[in-house]
Amino acid sequence: MSAVLQDPQLMEVNPPLVRSEDYHDLTEQISVIVEGDVVKTPTKYWITLAVTASITGLLGAMIVYLVSTGIGVWGNNRPIGWAWDITNFVFWIGIGHAGTLISAILFLFRQKWRTSINRSAEAMTLFAVMCAGIFPLFHTGRPWRAYWLFPIPNTDLNLWQNFRSPLIWDVFAVSTYFTVSLLFWFTGLVPDLATLRDRTTNKLKQWIFGALSLGWRGSARHWSNYEKAYLILAAISTPLVLSVHSIVSFDFATSVIPGWHTTIFPPYFVAGAIFSGFACVMTLLLIARWTLNLQNLITMKHLENMNKIILVTGSIVGYAYACEFFVAWYSGDIYERFTFLNRAFGPYWWAAWSMYSCNVFIPQLYWFKKMRNNLWVMFIISITTNIGMWFERFVIIATSLTRDFLPTSWGYFHPTWVDMCTFLGTIGLFLTLFLVFARFLPMIAISEVKGVLAVQKHQFKDEEVVAHDLR
Amino acid sequence: MTLDELKDKIGIGDDKVYAAMGAFDNPEDLVDAGRKIREMGYTKLDAMSPFPVHGIDDAIGVPASKLGWVVVWFSALGALTAVTLIWYVGAIDYRLVIGGKPYFDFSYTIPIAFELTVLFSAFASFLGMWAINGLPRLYHPSLNYSQAHRASDDLFILVIEANDPKFNPQQAAEHLRSVGAGDVEVVEG
Repeated sequence: MSAVLQDPQLMEVNPPLVRSEDYHDLTEQISVIVEGDVVKTPTKYWITLAVTASITGLLGAMIVYLVSTGIGVWGNNRPIGWAWDITNFVFWIGIGHAGTLISAILFLFRQKWRTSINRSAEAMTLFAVMCAGIFPLFHTGRPWRAYWLFPIPNTDLNLWQNFRSPLIWDVFAVSTYFTVSLLFWFTGLVPDLATLRDRTTNKLKQWIFGALSLGWRGSARHWSNYEKAYLILAAISTPLVLSVHSIVSFDFATSVIPGWHTTIFPPYFVAGAIFSGFACVMTLLLIARWTLNLQNLITMKHLENMNKIILVTGSIVGYAYACEFFVAWYSGDIYERFTFLNRAFGPYWWAAWSMYSCNVFIPQLYWFKKMRNNLWVMFIISITTNIGMWFERFVIIATSLTRDFLPTSWGYFHPTWVDMCTFLGTIGLFLTLFLVFARFLPMIAISEVKGVLAVQKHQFKDEEVVAHDLR
Repeated sequence: MTLDELKDKIGIGDDKVYAAMGAFDNPEDLVDAGRKIREMGYTKLDAMSPFPVHGIDDAIGVPASKLGWVVVWFSALGALTAVTLIWYVGAIDYRLVIGGKPYFDFSYTIPIAFELTVLFSAFASFLGMWAINGLPRLYHPSLNYSQAHRASDDLFILVIEANDPKFNPQQAAEHLRSVGAGDVEVVEG
């Protein structure tokens, strides 16, 4: 056994991932939240849910108003044909990326710390993609014709889609992303749903969990295929997550607008997406950890690791900003140069500097271990990061569109109250879905954490043996 | 076919024996016991556990999963579907000059071909896994074991199935006890 496990001081630095006595205790810790009979759901949960649900109601009202009146109720107008709707779309899609990264990429790298947080991160992905989808769907103006986006043979439209356009690539990328994430998430849930089915005595719940768990009984033969399927889903989700935001960035990069037409966009968008997504997971987990008392399962080690990823991706985003400036100068293209100077010092300077501060400067605090382990610091940085990343998308879209080649067609974008309430509404929808998930489904992957606990127990067993031998 | 005939055919009913089953408290003991039972000559073994136990496949002889092959074929089908669709639309059915681009070019099929490859593989691995496992399923005789509900909590169960040529209910139960299993039962089908 390694020296690390024998040295108490080193053990302190590298504490066990899960604090639990045995498998049954783990089942208990996670299931009681879902069951809600032994541990009553706190009143603060229902109050929070009521608030977020009413904000979701606002979203519904805004959509009804938009559809019944017309797209003109949004602030989109020449020269800003794409405004908050695409900003919000890219923002929400980006948030989703951390979920897939945690569940797929960290799985392939055998990062055991992911097991406590992957379920909620995957759920967050699904909810974020739902919120993202609302914006392009309603920007079409006639959402009831949205199926025209797919190559379905139909009689009312004797046309085919334009497969040369990145917008149609986006339709494929986002719908594939949602579907694969849903399959991945559900696959992970099945053994835990079986656990809940076996625990409950309520007839109705037995039926519901019984149907959802598909007759799972934990057979070794099943686990063998299950692990294979999980591995394949992780392996294909990894390039998928990189492709989705790359394709989203093609919407911009394949155009000729200064500030958009750059090859750095795909990696720059992907890094930004992971950055914002991790920050969002952090916000949600800190709230869940505090309200549902999950300190034993979501430990400081998990949080610190996530902060390290936030630091890395934030720095990559900072590098991309610097690179864009350099290329604008080095290209010698006057429009390109103007766009970047205009970004930092033009009418949208306030948005640009909010983005630089929130995304590049503030996360640098995470170079210090004290900061990575301070709950208040990480809560605040997780929020400023998402503010910064929203501004990033807004800055890219607004500064390039308001002032492109011809000064006669310059403009300035003013969001309407409908724009603002719709965006606020999607935040409400996102939080509502997450709260419902956290209460009614196991928020932590029970079977996966047990696997980690088994390894942990094994290590301690060996440690005792070694200690005994030394004596 | 009456219900009784059907039950007869798939080997379930009070008069049938499904297996001898015994339980262990931790995964290491399950693997050790599984290996010993297999060395006694049993071939139709299974285990039930709350999480995938390392080494159990080797110990009780679970064959390697064939799911990978299913997925490979479907992923190729996904890519082919995308390229064929885009070619048919652009070069055959709906020839339209857009931005001076060619009617068909392999380069702009890449994003959609990639996405459909992933989508088809995902469905193949998801549906393929349930199909190979024979799930969803409403009933399974192993659920008659008194401790079956704890296989999703903290028990590690070893199963000697009755269709094993060497199977004899009393003897199999005795063998399970001899390797340290608790709660040994002969479970009806």
